[in-house]
Amino acid sequence: MQGVGVGSAATGLLVGPESAEAQSNSQGNVAAFGPAAVPITLQVNGRPLKTSIEPRETLLDTLRNKFDLTGAKRVCDRGTCGACTVLIDGKVQYSCTVFAIDAQNKQIATIESLTANGKMHPIVPAFVNNDAQQCGYCTPGFVMAAKGFLDRNPNPTYDQVKDGLGGNLCRCGTYVGVRKAVLEAAKALRAANTLSGVTNA
Amino acid sequence: MVLGKRINRLDGIPKSSGKAKYPSDVNRPGMLFGSILTCPHAHAKVKSIDTTEAAKLPGVAGIRVTSPAGAEIQWAGAEVAWIAADTEQHAIDAMRAIRVEYEVLPHFVKEERRAEAGPRARPAGEQLTGDPDDDYSKAEAKIAGYYAIPVLTHCCLEPHGAVVEWKGDKIEYWPSSQGVSVVGGDLAQQLGIPASQIHVSMDYMGGGFGSKFPSDLWGREAAQLSKGSGGRAVKMFLDRASELTIAGVRPSAYANIKVAGKKDGTITSWQSESWATGGFTGGGMPPIPYIFTNIPNKKLNHTAVSVNAGGARAWRAPNHQQACFLTFSAIEDFAAEIGMDPAEVLIKNLGYTARAPLYERQIRKAQEMANWKQLWHKRGDSGRGPVKRGLGIALSTWGGGGNLAECRIKIHPDGSVELEQGTQDLGVGTRTVVTMVAAETFGLKVTDITTKIGDNAYPFGSPSGGSTTVGGVTSSTRKAAVNALDELFQKVAPALDAPADQLEAVGGKIQVKGNPAKSITWKQACAKIGTSPIVGNGRHDPKNPMGLASQGVGGVQIADVSVDIETGVVKMNKMVAVQDCGLVVNEKTAESQVFGGIIMNICGALMEERVMDQMTGRFLNADMEFYKLAGIKDIGEIEVHMDVHPDNDKRGVIGLGEPCAISTIAAIGNAVANAIGVRVPRVPLSPDHVLTALYGEKMDQNRSRA
Repeated sequence: MQGVGVGSAATGLLVGPESAEAQSNSQGNVAAFGPAAVPITLQVNGRPLKTSIEPRETLLDTLRNKFDLTGAKRVCDRGTCGACTVLIDGKVQYSCTVFAIDAQNKQIATIESLTANGKMHPIVPAFVNNDAQQCGYCTPGFVMAAKGFLDRNPNPTYDQVKDGLGGNLCRCGTYVGVRKAVLEAAKALRAANTLSGVTNA
Repeated sequence: MVLGKRINRLDGIPKSSGKAKYPSDVNRPGMLFGSILTCPHAHAKVKSIDTTEAAKLPGVAGIRVTSPAGAEIQWAGAEVAWIAADTEQHAIDAMRAIRVEYEVLPHFVKEERRAEAGPRARPAGEQLTGDPDDDYSKAEAKIAGYYAIPVLTHCCLEPHGAVVEWKGDKIEYWPSSQGVSVVGGDLAQQLGIPASQIHVSMDYMGGGFGSKFPSDLWGREAAQLSKGSGGRAVKMFLDRASELTIAGVRPSAYANIKVAGKKDGTITSWQSESWATGGFTGGGMPPIPYIFTNIPNKKLNHTAVSVNAGGARAWRAPNHQQACFLTFSAIEDFAAEIGMDPAEVLIKNLGYTARAPLYERQIRKAQEMANWKQLWHKRGDSGRGPVKRGLGIALSTWGGGGNLAECRIKIHPDGSVELEQGTQDLGVGTRTVVTMVAAETFGLKVTDITTKIGDNAYPFGSPSGGSTTVGGVTSSTRKAAVNALDELFQKVAPALDAPADQLEAVGGKIQVKGNPAKSITWKQACAKIGTSPIVGNGRHDPKNPMGLASQGVGGVQIADVSVDIETGVVKMNKMVAVQDCGLVVNEKTAESQVFGGIIMNICGALMEERVMDQMTGRFLNADMEFYKLAGIKDIGEIEVHMDVHPDNDKRGVIGLGEPCAISTIAAIGNAVANAIGVRVPRVPLSPDHVLTALYGEKMDQNRSRA
């Protein structure tokens, strides 16, 4: 996607959210951005982060290059492999296929949020216990896909796990461990929620 | 006891929490981003190249041309020019603004069409043993078959590349590499500077599988662009298309094979006419007949075919998947011809192999795990419905002897222990197993030891290739630990009132052998060291492994598949693996590696193929949407049995990465033949190829046999 928008033809086609400091546009109400860098604010892991990016920059590249949030990886760069998975307003998304400028005013959760404030989300140790990683390059994407999946399916069957994690690819071949890890994490989360009195939707 | 236990990998938390920093994650102040202009033609000469406009674009810090006017290019995707700019977008803009005129030359990219290869086909010469022609003509039973296995690409998830920062006479180098201790020297040679000026750091790397040994042009050009920019770091990683196109492939293999023998299953002769490509320089000669090397009558003719496509690099068990597929497909077809269980045919002929008793034990175990006695049936005898179930079997072998490795262990007076090795962990668990060996030796827990790898300032580690790392690094660790511990015993002996050679380290204590009453804690013992730490060094010399490591392993895999003969879809039910790797250090990470070897080759059996287009000379599916990898749902169930056995333990530590990644494709191919009653000669076993095998050539217009 970073190749999109080269030259003048792409100028003014992106409609940004109202909070963005848009360039003025003589055409009227539609705000236009780029091709030069524009300031944006992203809500990442509960904090507002400000930077300046060209409108054609993906959320993935902004996270990695501007905020040093490198847990999300760039692998296929075309919405196929899931290594760049983040949650946007709770929904599992490939951050390589979202423009950073379009991700404003949304809650973005990256893998780094799972170990924030000295706490560790149960999915992380579940992946370790089941050796659901080898080289580890696809792993953060899998963990975030698992988080999004378990948020919606707190009590999954083995077959549902296989369907639910179908949007991520691994080259070392860690799927056997991932299946077990997601089931173990589900169990741990249910136990934790029972203890704290939280009920799952 | 730590050795042989199921220990969680020690870098699991950093990897699973996104904290692990890979070379492609390195961000440096003022860092520039690289992009690469590649050639769109499979064979061309550069007539002119103009970078003037590109250089004027915003943010561009440097452009270097490596294929200047007059340069001849031999494959599409080859590098022409290199750009560094302040942002990746600017680097790509500049790349697109470079103007190149090419003289387009004729190309050839389809090696399966051997008859069209002309002078690009280079025969290796005939190898003849006995009289295979005579044997074939007189034999009770015989088959002749055609088998084909395509070029694959490594498709490392972290692409090839590096961050390089060349300031003054010092280079900081963060490569994604399989050889931390040597890749700096390789870069130094490319740059013409002393190796001592390059510092290599790499805590993690995102997959190599044999393709990430050299520093490559991208390492050199990143360094030169860094220097040219006054020392700003340059991040230069291949994009996905380049990663698949130019960063290494597994050679193909094609063969017409004849096998002859007796009706009791004894094989008496083998004849093969094979060909393969490893890219422009040809290459790729599978060792056939695989494992059954001592078949008495053999005739082999192999031809290397040069094509205009990205070159081969070592691919997890080089040439072995191909050899295994060719050999075990032909033997299975021979077994079907005589109506015999292929497992019994393999056992009948184990005398031709180097390790008959081991294979027989493994075959029997694998049959039990796969429920072979109940589920195996004669070829094609799979019921009336459209979904046919079948089983297939294949064997593997590999060397895996330990490579040259050095280790330094420091025991500090406060009791802390540091282990340093200039090796690398490709995801196989190297960091974990060396720590386990040290912990075992010191009678400590793995968490008591701080292990540092991935830096060329540490003692030498060989590149990780050929499954040689684990034998080397565990052995050097053991020696370093024993040397350090001997010194500690000397310091402690007076306090325990016993000679040093009568002491042992057990359960966090140093004690008189067999006498826990006469002991002091590890911490108390280390307090007697004095002010400077004990430093123990260890070196594994492959020429003298001293019983700690050896080589030569075997494995058996059985595939259980269901094939829909209306759609051609092959579904994995189950894979079973019995695998030997000598002494197993960590059963948990060892099993993971076998799972991985199998899954990688399920992809190879069912999905992966580099599709070349003769019209354009291009690699058509150089992405991850159409270059297919299996997902979590596609692999069926997998059951692994590590062949832990006293005979194997005695052989010491042996590498595992390659042996487990060899026989899956052959086993699946055989299972499909068993299910549907005909051989699908061509991998991948895609619906297209399955339906063509079932219903005829007209379904595959591209097919052209030599």
